[in-house]
Amino acid sequence: MVLRRLWHKAVNTMLTFPEDSTSPQRYVTLKRNIILIMSLVCIVPLALMAGINYSLYRVNLESEIHRPIQVMAEDTRHAFELFIEERLSTVRFIAGAYTYEELRDDHTLQRVLRTMRSEFVGFVDLGLINKEGSLVSYAGPYDLLGKDYSQQPSFQEVSVRGVYISDVFMGYRKFPHVVIVVQRMAEDGRTWFVRATIDTGRYEALIASMSLHPESDAFLVNPQGIFQTNSRFYGKILEQCPFPVPPGIHGTHTIRTRTPEGREVLVAFAPVRSDYTLVIVKPLSVLLRNFYTLKVEMLVIFAVGVVAILLAVVGVADVLVQRIRNADERRATAIQELQHTQKLSSIGRLAAGVAHEINNPLAIINEKAGLMKDLVDLAEPFDRQDRFLTLTENILQSVERCKAITHRLLGFARRIEVQFEELDINAVLQDTLGFLEREATYRQIDMQLHLDPALPPLVSDKGQLQQVFLNLLTNAFAAVENGGCIRMRTQFDPRKKMVLASIEDNGCGMNSEVQKHIFDPFFSTKKGSGTGLGLSITYGIVKKLGGSIQVRSEEGRGSTFTISLPLRGEAMEPQNTDTPQNKETP
Amino acid sequence: MNSKLKILLVDDEQEFVVTLAERLELRGYQVHIAEDGETALACFEPQAFDLVVLDLMMPGIGGLEVLPRLKEIQPDIPVILFTGHGSTREGMEGMRLGAFDYLMKPLHIEELIRKIREAVPSRTS
Repeated sequence: MVLRRLWHKAVNTMLTFPEDSTSPQRYVTLKRNIILIMSLVCIVPLALMAGINYSLYRVNLESEIHRPIQVMAEDTRHAFELFIEERLSTVRFIAGAYTYEELRDDHTLQRVLRTMRSEFVGFVDLGLINKEGSLVSYAGPYDLLGKDYSQQPSFQEVSVRGVYISDVFMGYRKFPHVVIVVQRMAEDGRTWFVRATIDTGRYEALIASMSLHPESDAFLVNPQGIFQTNSRFYGKILEQCPFPVPPGIHGTHTIRTRTPEGREVLVAFAPVRSDYTLVIVKPLSVLLRNFYTLKVEMLVIFAVGVVAILLAVVGVADVLVQRIRNADERRATAIQELQHTQKLSSIGRLAAGVAHEINNPLAIINEKAGLMKDLVDLAEPFDRQDRFLTLTENILQSVERCKAITHRLLGFARRIEVQFEELDINAVLQDTLGFLEREATYRQIDMQLHLDPALPPLVSDKGQLQQVFLNLLTNAFAAVENGGCIRMRTQFDPRKKMVLASIEDNGCGMNSEVQKHIFDPFFSTKKGSGTGLGLSITYGIVKKLGGSIQVRSEEGRGSTFTISLPLRGEAMEPQNTDTPQNKETP
Repeated sequence: MNSKLKILLVDDEQEFVVTLAERLELRGYQVHIAEDGETALACFEPQAFDLVVLDLMMPGIGGLEVLPRLKEIQPDIPVILFTGHGSTREGMEGMRLGAFDYLMKPLHIEELIRKIREAVPSRTS
């Protein structure tokens, strides 16, 4: 239950794409989850396929490797049986073809042995044993004449079965030998035995003819598990074989087992007559060498595939998350812009309402106070006349200040109505300049005009543009010292189809902190004298006309305001005026 | 002794218009008040006034409607406009319709006097 809950939680965490959080952690989580899911989806099937392939192939291969070793064991077994049968027949033939007396004769026996040795490889000696078990005649390298075999198990066995093949034993010259004894019963009832010794070097030759892999092994063992031939790895002749021979097997039998050193091997047992068992030992590593190569190749391909998938997944996730992040940022900026514009527009409406209501009473106060002043001026001198005059003068000054504010507020709201007409922006600029010419002359400000005479006609609102230029020029006038310089420039940007007008001054400039807020309503650096609405209004108007405004300023060096206006301005709703490109004009 | 300049002052804000009229009279002008466009048009006839001071924002017939009709009656009548809401555009529009100039409320009496003198230079006292 707890495990299940934990699992659910893990899956949920992995599959949830956080929406609410705006922190960078969100994108890290998002990226991690995308990478996790995509990797899982890609790698799990790949791993499954590789695993299934691997096990299927392994099962197939195991059955495949049994067959060759069985065939080989079978073939070699036949070779051994043939070899032994051949020798046995030869001895039988001699026993049958010659009489006891003939074989009793040393010369005959020597001749027969010579003939046998020339015809069949492996015969070492030949002897005749009488029914009492005594070796009565012998041809060969050993001195066995007169030896009594009657008490030996071989003698007992041959008396019963008629044939005896001994285990391998080390002869007098330390060569491995096998003895074959054949019983002969003559028609007259006499019994004797022919005994021959065979050099088992032939066994080794038979095994060598299998041309085994250097790491494989093959040998003969007797039913007791004693080596009858030398083994490459597991012991010398007459030693105990480490592999237990399964008893009572018919036909070839293979098993998988381990060597005493712990090596995995495939062992084939093939009974040779009932006397020996042929054992072939092949290490699995040799048999499965191809399989191991394949396994390594598969692993490499799998690893390369996984790495490629991971790289692709990480790359895709990277791009994806970056796109999402950019989109989010753009959206956030757009929302911010929208909020700003809405703030401006609601402040504008509120301000206009207030200003309008206040402006009329203000005009009345102005006239009443003016009249009071007039009356005091005209009256006969009276007590504290100067004081009255100062007071009314103060009222008038305050009205003047209020008037400045209400006019700005009204101007702020006025961008709501726009009337488009075809106009020449140079003419509008020059007209506006007319309002300020007197001040420019008075303050000896150098007004430089760089107007492009070939500007295309512009469709926009003349009054609003005048207001814009007036605001910007008023600011420039406020920024420069007497004798300063204001440069006005108009030009056409054919690429963007925008008319650009810039007003540059060499005045006090602004630091970046001030630049951030200059378009905010009621933000002012002119302490006391400013309403903080001029640039806010300007910004609103330019936006309303479908244009944009940029500012470049350096503290102490001056400022440049550039407005860009479309050739065909279209009245835009405040909601639509926000585009991310205008980010620099908050 | 008809040397006094005759001014028709049109504005709907009674307190304002009465006080302003008194101030102008103190300065030697003869002022006739009309509190809306209809009254102004009713009392206006050729050569009756030397100058009209006209508020643009009035209930009923606004200043921008009154102005061309005054001009119809007496094309050379100088008209000074008041704008109540700080708009240069309406002022400009008025200028296009033949107004002499425009001022923004609240106004400086000195400025108004100066405009009046500019508008009617021959009759300046």
